[in-house]
Amino acid sequence: MIKKYFFQLIFFNLFLTKKVFAAESGGMPQLDPEFWVSQIFWLTLTFGILYIVLSKLILPKISANLELRKSQIQENIEAAEKQREDSETKLKEYENIIFKTKIDAKDIFKETKEKTIKEINTKKENLDNQIDEEIKKAEHEISQLKKYAPEKINKIAIETSSEILKVLIGAEVNNSSISAIVDDLSKKSGEKYYGD
Amino acid sequence: MAANPMTQFEVYRIGPEIKVGTFDISFTNASLFMIISSLTILFIFNLGSKKNSMLPNKIQLLAELSYTFVSKMISDTAGSKAKPYFAFIFSLFMFVLFCNMFGMIPYTFTVTSHIIVTFVLAAFIFIGVTIIGFIKHGLGYLKLFVPSGVPIVLLPLIVVIEIISYLSRPISLSVRLFANMMAGHTMMKVFGGFVVSLGIVGGWLPLSFSVALTGLEILVAFLQAYVFAILTCIYLNDALNLHH
Repeated sequence: MIKKYFFQLIFFNLFLTKKVFAAESGGMPQLDPEFWVSQIFWLTLTFGILYIVLSKLILPKISANLELRKSQIQENIEAAEKQREDSETKLKEYENIIFKTKIDAKDIFKETKEKTIKEINTKKENLDNQIDEEIKKAEHEISQLKKYAPEKINKIAIETSSEILKVLIGAEVNNSSISAIVDDLSKKSGEKYYGD
Repeated sequence: MAANPMTQFEVYRIGPEIKVGTFDISFTNASLFMIISSLTILFIFNLGSKKNSMLPNKIQLLAELSYTFVSKMISDTAGSKAKPYFAFIFSLFMFVLFCNMFGMIPYTFTVTSHIIVTFVLAAFIFIGVTIIGFIKHGLGYLKLFVPSGVPIVLLPLIVVIEIISYLSRPISLSVRLFANMMAGHTMMKVFGGFVVSLGIVGGWLPLSFSVALTGLEILVAFLQAYVFAILTCIYLNDALNLHH
C-alpha cells in the first residue's frame, strides 16, 4: 500500500515537472524594449539623486569624521609620547638626585671619618706627649733622687757615725775624716746598690 | 505561469502610465527597487555619518568601513589622481551592491538583472572615462591604442585589437553584471521549481542545492558589484595615468 502511494507520488511529481517546463516560453523579458526608456529615466533619476546626496552631504561628513578621529588619535598618541618623555626625564632627574646624594653622603662620611681619625690622632699624640713628659719628669726626678741619695745617705751616715763615736768614745771626731771613710765605703757599696 | 523562471525579470507598470512625448516613463517595479535601494543607501549612510563619536557604533562603523574600503580600492587601482571621482565610484558600488542584494530577497525584483540598466551605467562610465582621457591628455590619449615595445610588423594588428577591446568595454562591463545576475536568479528559480515539483520525496536534493546556491548568489552579488566598481577604477586609471 505504501509502495503504491510512493510510486504514485513520484509519477505525479514528474507530471508536474513536465508542466513546469511546458510553461517556459516567451524568452527573456530583458530584451523587450517596452520599458527601456522608463528604466533609463528612473535609473538616471535615482542614481543621480543618490550621487548628489552622497557626494554633497554624506561622504564629506564621513570623511570629516574619519579625519577628526585620525587627528584626535594622533594627538592622543603625541600627548602620550610627550608624557612618556616627561616621565622619563623626571625619572632621570630623580636618578641623578639619588646618585648625587649618594656621592654626597659618601663624601660626608669620608670627611667625618677623616676628621674623627685626625682628632683621635691629635688627641693620641697629645696624650702620648703628655705621657712622655710625665715619664721624663718622673725619670728626671728619679735620676735626681738617684744622684743625691748617696750624698744624703753619706751625710746621714757621717752624722750618725760621729754621734755614735761621740757616745762611744766621748770625744769629738773630725767630721772630715769620717766623711772620707764613709765616702770610701759608700763608693764601694754604692756601686753594689745603685750601679750607675 | 508563476513557475516560469523568467517571469521574475518581467517589468510591469505600477500606477498610471506616464508619457513624455512618445516616451513611456511609467513608474514600474524596476523603478520601485531603484528607489528602495537608493533610499536604503542614503538612510544607512546618513545614520552612519550623523554623529561622530570617538568609539563608532555599529552603523557608523559600517559606513566608515565601506568608505575606507572603496577609498582604498580606488587608491590601489587608480592612484591619488582618482580622488575627485571617489563619490561617483562609491555611489556606483553601493548602488549596484544594494540592487544585487535586494534581488536576493524572495519575490523582489533585481534591477541589475536588466541589460538596459547595466548598459546605461557602463556606457556612462565608458563615455565619461573617454572624455576624461581626452581632457587630460588631448590627442595623446590615442597612444593608449599603441602599446610600447611591440614590433612594427605586428603594430597594425595590435592597434586594431586594442581599439576593439577598448570599444567592447561597455559591452563586457554591462553583460558581465547582467548575465551573472540573470543566470543566478534563473538557476535559483529552476531549482526552486524542482523542489515544488519533486515534492516531499525527491525535493530535498534540489532544496539543499537551492540553499547552497543562495549563499553562492549572495557572494556573487557582492563580487559583481566589486568587479563593476574595480573595472571602473581600472578604466579611470587608463584615462588618468597613461602608461602605454
